[in-house]
Amino acid sequence: MTAIPLGVPRRLVGFTVDGQEARVPEGSTILDACRAAGKDVPTLCQGDTLTPKNACRVCVVEVEGARTLVPACSRKAEAGMEVRTDSERARHSRKVVLELLASSVDLSTTPKVAGWIKEYEAKPDRFGSDAARLDEEPKIDNELYVRDYDKCILCYKCVDACGDQWQNTFAISVAGRGFDARIAVEHDAPLTDSACVYCGNCIEVCPTGALSFKSEFDMRAAGTWDESAQEETTTVCAYCGVGCNLTLHVQDNEIVKVTSPHDNPVTHGNLCIKGRFGYQHVQNRD
Amino acid sequence: MDLHFGDSKPTDDERAAVDALLGPPDSSWEGAARDEMRAVDLRWARGGREARDRRDLLLPGLHAINDRVGWISEGALDYLCRRLTVPPAEAYGVATFYAMFSVKPRPATVLHVCTDLACAAAGAAELCAGVEARLGLGSGVSVERSPCLGLCERAPAALAIRAGDPVRTAVSAPASVEAAVLAASSPDSAPEEPPAVMAVPQAGDASLTLLGRVGVVDPSSLDDYRAHGGYTALRRAFALGPAGVIREVTDSGLLGRGGAAFPTGRKWQATASQPDHPHYLVCNADESEPGTFKDRVVMEGDPYALVEAMTIAAYATGAHQGYLYLRGEYPRALERMSRAIAQARARGLLGDDVLGQGYAFDIEIRRGAGAYICGEETALFNSIEGYRGEPRSKPPFPVEKGLFGKPTVENNVETLVNVLPILTMGAEAYAAVGTGRSTGPKLFCVSGSVARPGIYEVPFGATLGELLTLAGVREGLRAVLLGGAAGGFVRPDELDVPLTFEGTREAGTTLGSGVVMAFDDTVPLPRLLLRIAEFFRDESCGQCVPCRVGTVRQEEALSRIVERTGAAAADDIALLREVGRAMRDASICGLGQTAWNAVESAIDRLGAYE
Repeated sequence: MTAIPLGVPRRLVGFTVDGQEARVPEGSTILDACRAAGKDVPTLCQGDTLTPKNACRVCVVEVEGARTLVPACSRKAEAGMEVRTDSERARHSRKVVLELLASSVDLSTTPKVAGWIKEYEAKPDRFGSDAARLDEEPKIDNELYVRDYDKCILCYKCVDACGDQWQNTFAISVAGRGFDARIAVEHDAPLTDSACVYCGNCIEVCPTGALSFKSEFDMRAAGTWDESAQEETTTVCAYCGVGCNLTLHVQDNEIVKVTSPHDNPVTHGNLCIKGRFGYQHVQNRD
Repeated sequence: MDLHFGDSKPTDDERAAVDALLGPPDSSWEGAARDEMRAVDLRWARGGREARDRRDLLLPGLHAINDRVGWISEGALDYLCRRLTVPPAEAYGVATFYAMFSVKPRPATVLHVCTDLACAAAGAAELCAGVEARLGLGSGVSVERSPCLGLCERAPAALAIRAGDPVRTAVSAPASVEAAVLAASSPDSAPEEPPAVMAVPQAGDASLTLLGRVGVVDPSSLDDYRAHGGYTALRRAFALGPAGVIREVTDSGLLGRGGAAFPTGRKWQATASQPDHPHYLVCNADESEPGTFKDRVVMEGDPYALVEAMTIAAYATGAHQGYLYLRGEYPRALERMSRAIAQARARGLLGDDVLGQGYAFDIEIRRGAGAYICGEETALFNSIEGYRGEPRSKPPFPVEKGLFGKPTVENNVETLVNVLPILTMGAEAYAAVGTGRSTGPKLFCVSGSVARPGIYEVPFGATLGELLTLAGVREGLRAVLLGGAAGGFVRPDELDVPLTFEGTREAGTTLGSGVVMAFDDTVPLPRLLLRIAEFFRDESCGQCVPCRVGTVRQEEALSRIVERTGAAAADDIALLREVGRAMRDASICGLGQTAWNAVESAIDRLGAYE
């Protein structure tokens, strides 16, 4: 008989979201509760496999009695809390945050953001044409992936994935301060001189496409990237005995990118260099 | 952790600087030369958890290198990382966080010229231009425009730091071009700074409680401190016991003086009752709010008082280790406090058996390195722990999970020294001073357009007008900034505002850290606002979007309307209001939440662009 671990039973906490009663297991975040209730709260820096950093502040909601807005992604639901996800105050902050991001960062490959900008009536252009932007050139220093920090919203997900939350390689960190802060390896060196092991787990979590497969970057540059023409096939990596799941993204009978299912209980979307990038032999036609 | 280090090697100087702090390396695992590798090193790797537990020495290590060489090279950073088992990418992130460090070569001498509010009003722009003209390329001095140096009573100010062994510093304030150049080119022969008591215009007044010893005692002499009533409060604390001390502090109604006005007794009680151990005490002496210099004067003029007060706070809350996080731009306070702590240790007032009471407590000084944000309590913890000084999200609060994840009491210098009179006078007598809800004496940092700038001690409840009269406010007052860059402006016709936490709140402004900066009508207000906006842009840590980008957009809008008024400025003011509201509502910490306060008050109260 297979024993199914049930875990410690958790109490339910009752609170209200937009006037509706909600009950979630103790320790759940406001975001968990909102999603369970079918409410859409936008998120950027929140990741399903990472501890929330709550840096982007696009998920802020209003909690009765709190002086400031609170990030739904990381604030735990408390009994009796009155949460408003769609108040004028919360919508205003979300709108301004979207404007601030869109006016300084290239969000062209960030999923869903165009819809939110429309929904919240954000007008990033109103800061004027001379508003400071990141103005970064793509860093292409290896054959596997590209770091285009003009698209970086500094969500810290890649740093956390590379560091003690998953990979424990610590190849990247935030360097500098304020608006000049950037993700960098030590001494801002090329990736090839760094501690990077090319597992690509940072690409897996990047919410904006700032980190991308070189194959994707090149195809986008050539205008041939077409997600609607891609087929995704989840299979098992053949390299070692762990048996990680790979999701192969195939366009025109070529593997163009490899991801991994985040709900895999063993790997949580993480892979190593072989699983992530070692697919060329499959399609080598010579 | 499988760390990757580059091939760059430290110079002998850099290695010596790190080794002076950490001791020589035990093995080549920790960066000793390969040819010194012993047989045993080939069998066992060193480092691991033991080395990682020393992560908090990263910031002192960066200071050691920067002090010796003037900048932090790749080889030096890698060597420090090997010694502490810190990933070089993280250490690079930490080194580039602080304004006083450079990861690019620069001259050994850096002259920090303050261009902040009080200094700007006292001619910092001309000073800067003059100094830059004299100390160009090849002069061996790098001139850097600096945020407030905490020398506002002697504006304009400049601080020269010359790397070497030992590092040398010289303060020039009030600075002329000549004096600043002299300080930078030969810090050793620059004239001595005036004593701390020069910043206390009320000196000699027998009614002073917090400043009573400044200028009276020899700040280097423990005996002199004891002869003037020192250590009676600690004796009384031992007589009362920890719970008794907390009761006294709670009954006294003492509120935190760092700006947030949280009840100190409640904070102590919450920490003392935490089951998790050890508990830590942190004294926040990272006084960086533009216009604030009270903590510097206390530390320079009466350093033992802070040592005694920290001992009492630690005793009450069950801490055995205290950290004094001292602003990096305060060389004299560092010297005085280091000496005071060493003396107290030598005389059994710190150490394993304080005053023979069987209670162990010691204090370690940690220097900041030029980051306003590190005055935020949780950013300060990260800074001490050797991480980037970015605020943590709360909850959990420091009383539960603070420094090193343990229950921590963090208090401002002024808050702590208030504990001494509470214990010597008794809570009741202390609470009789001031008003019902703001008890005790309060230090105010008065600067700008006044005849006698400096630190003033007045009981809570005195009005702004009374304080300004005391300081000899000059004719033509246009505005008063309360609480520093994070505070707000008030008009000259609002001088009857009582200087209490509740009084300023009712008047729609804030007491903040006790800054009272007077500006006359010769100072163009839009320029001041732009300087405040530049300050927040420079000091934002960059963690959250509203503050990281919002402070930039605020500065851009203010620079567009610096010469405009009325309808020509209206669009940008509307934009400022929207961005300001989002910064206040959605930023992680107090920096972003208050970055728009002063500008908003100038628009609404002073009609800055009408």
